[in-house]
Amino acid sequence: MNCEYKLYDPTWCPGCGNYMIRTALKMALEELEIPPQRVAIFTGIGQAAKMPHYIDTNGFNGLHGRALPPGIGAKLSNKDLTVIVESGDGDTYGEGGNHFIHTIRRNIDIAHFVHDNQIYGLTKGQGSPTTAMGQVTTLQFEGVKIEPVKPLALSLTMGAGFVARGFSGDIPQLVSLMKEAIKYRGYAHLDIFQPCVVWNKVNTFQWYKDRVYKLGEDHDYTDFEAAFKKALEFEDRIPTGILYKVERETYEDRFSFIKNGPALVDSRLDPIDAEKLMADFV
Amino acid sequence: MDYTILVGGAAGQGIETVVLLLEKTIKRSGYEVFTYKNYMSMVRGGHNFMQVRFSDEPVYTYSSKLDMIFALTEETIDYHGDRLKENGVIIADDEIFPDMDICHLPLAKASRDSGNQKTFPTVGFGAIVKIFGMDIGIAEQVVKENFSGKILEVNLNALKWGYSLVDERQKLPGKKDERIIINGNQALALGAIAAGVKFYCGYPMTPSTSVMSYISSKASEMGIVVDQIEDEVGALNMALGAAYAGVRAMTGSSGGGFALMCEAMSLAGILETPVVIVNAQRPGPATGLSTRTEQGDLRFVIHAGHGEFPKIVIALRNPEDAFYQTARAFNLAEKYQIPVVLMTEEYLTDYMITTEPFDFNKVTIERHITDPADLPEGRYKRYMYTDSGVSPRLIPGRSGDKTVLVDSHEHNEFGNIDESVETRVNMMKKRMRKLESIKEDLQEPCYFGAEHPEQLMVAFGATWGALKEAVEELNRSGEKAGALVYGDIWPFPTKLLNSFGKKAVNIITVEQNFTGQLESLIKEHTDLRISGNIRKYDGRAINGEEIVQSYYNLKAKKL
Repeated sequence: MNCEYKLYDPTWCPGCGNYMIRTALKMALEELEIPPQRVAIFTGIGQAAKMPHYIDTNGFNGLHGRALPPGIGAKLSNKDLTVIVESGDGDTYGEGGNHFIHTIRRNIDIAHFVHDNQIYGLTKGQGSPTTAMGQVTTLQFEGVKIEPVKPLALSLTMGAGFVARGFSGDIPQLVSLMKEAIKYRGYAHLDIFQPCVVWNKVNTFQWYKDRVYKLGEDHDYTDFEAAFKKALEFEDRIPTGILYKVERETYEDRFSFIKNGPALVDSRLDPIDAEKLMADFV
Repeated sequence: MDYTILVGGAAGQGIETVVLLLEKTIKRSGYEVFTYKNYMSMVRGGHNFMQVRFSDEPVYTYSSKLDMIFALTEETIDYHGDRLKENGVIIADDEIFPDMDICHLPLAKASRDSGNQKTFPTVGFGAIVKIFGMDIGIAEQVVKENFSGKILEVNLNALKWGYSLVDERQKLPGKKDERIIINGNQALALGAIAAGVKFYCGYPMTPSTSVMSYISSKASEMGIVVDQIEDEVGALNMALGAAYAGVRAMTGSSGGGFALMCEAMSLAGILETPVVIVNAQRPGPATGLSTRTEQGDLRFVIHAGHGEFPKIVIALRNPEDAFYQTARAFNLAEKYQIPVVLMTEEYLTDYMITTEPFDFNKVTIERHITDPADLPEGRYKRYMYTDSGVSPRLIPGRSGDKTVLVDSHEHNEFGNIDESVETRVNMMKKRMRKLESIKEDLQEPCYFGAEHPEQLMVAFGATWGALKEAVEELNRSGEKAGALVYGDIWPFPTKLLNSFGKKAVNIITVEQNFTGQLESLIKEHTDLRISGNIRKYDGRAINGEEIVQSYYNLKAKKL
């Protein structure tokens, strides 16, 4: 089967971290040898969310903040699909915060790649849920006055079984993290730092480069407390790599007919099958 | 014969149990049953009541006149005593109302003697079975089906105790039982299951919840995913993801929750992804009257979602209609790749009625999914321009090497973002073109009454039953009345309305809202003159007697 991913011309700004993330995504999928027709990417709205337009897979470019719910609906309906949800920090942690929390609770087999540039790009430079306290933006003239979300700490406390961070400036590591997230059976949260070259003059490529460091062999990714400590590390040094990874039962496996039967989409539909339910009403 | 028994008391006292046992026993005795439920939004306390009406002729709504009141609280008698017919009976416990002139029964003592004080309602049930001369054997069987273990034993004792406390006042001869007894939400859920729904997600909200809970109770048996999602915003998005992946998907809520779905309704419009959505109406604004009824969302539902896109709205008229229309809704959604909204009302979601068993052979499943082999080589155009406006639909992961892209932006035929004037205009035309064929598929409202009606009542949805009885009564009294009751209501069908309306002397709209939303649609889409209207917005269902009375009031004021 052909596992080569065609790319289409993006409308991202030159130097945007999204290019590197797309490159990593293409490499990860090709190295995993999953054909494009078996992959479905669900996105919301934002620059990151345009991904399905620029790489040839099945794609569902939905509403702002709403990338996860259709991804869940699709995965439950066709367990054979490799479902990837991809959106920005505003989309995922702001508008879609409620879905983010409850998707983690489900532990459905989805790889979630959050393009985290700590700013709103498409709407031109307002503070996002991950913008630092005090940072001046095109909307917060006196600086942001609320605390940022700590995405990895949040997903860990909600019980995510796979929590990782990547950086668009390190493609080999990002490819490996994406592959691990896709292969992981359950909800995999991968927060990816990317510079926004136009709207975020604080968290620049250099800013990230100066801070990120790879978690070493000594980090035990099955140790929740160690992972949580790393998740809160966000000052001069910020860890990348897999913070936490444990096996958990997936949501879809809790439906016996999905676990043991064919994908729902392959169900044979016959109204007569439901006739027996009339017994409830005699 | 036409009897009504009212059971009233506080929430949590077991009214529902008595009524469930009663309606099944009467139905199994071969009679027609209609149970009207009136309850407050609370788990304990307050005043709730239910009315079981039964007859040897079909009954379509509730009656205001009562033959019996089974009062579990004193206020039940205060509230409803004046509706009792001349020979009517009140049953109440002698320990609760020692000084009142009613049929005192030692219910509490009897239930204690039966071994469990909670069986109080079943003791009352036993007494009712005896008074109306129903078959105790049938009653026992029904009790056996609804309780198990130790609880069953004490309830069987309670039934016998209650039965022994009173004398028979008449005989209800057993007849052949050929009907089912069902409510609107159960019928709706059954229609969805028959149509092959594989995915239902939603957030609980009265009065829509029982659709989800019925489907959920059959989920494993029928292989259906039911997901209780975090909010209604997510619900319709999730259903759209499931539909995109190729299964028949559905969600539902009531006014406030439906309001949260409006953004994704619009998404369904531009994605051109088929989905079925239930809006079980209750009186608003906002939380309004949570457990009561209204038809106040008509305008809201037909216009739900920002921007312009085609959708179909179907108002459900009774449980039988709910079953067949729900199944049909899935076919329409997939044929036109649009959202289809089923509008129901608290009244219809809750009342129980005896009806003809549903014919599952009449349900067809038409998927309208394209075989990728029938498409040209090369990249798949999810939004290919066609004469009908409907593009060939492929299922991701089930269409060879083709990939499927759907998009919420304005997009070109491939589904890629495209802001050009040409694409925008062509895509708008393509989507809106579907309306032409949709109109051909619409069902005109149902008509009943005089062959050439002079007094034409026009209504939609669940007022069907009340009109059925009102029109019959008016024609018995010498009027030439008829009623058109809308099911398919958007796009608004006008053929039958025009042909009856032009010949009628008076057109009277009957609807359960304040502003006359149906009336405004008629004025917008026809040149007909409306002579009068009957509107009710107190949260309680209108019945046949009220319509007849309102009609004579209008007539007195010279229509």
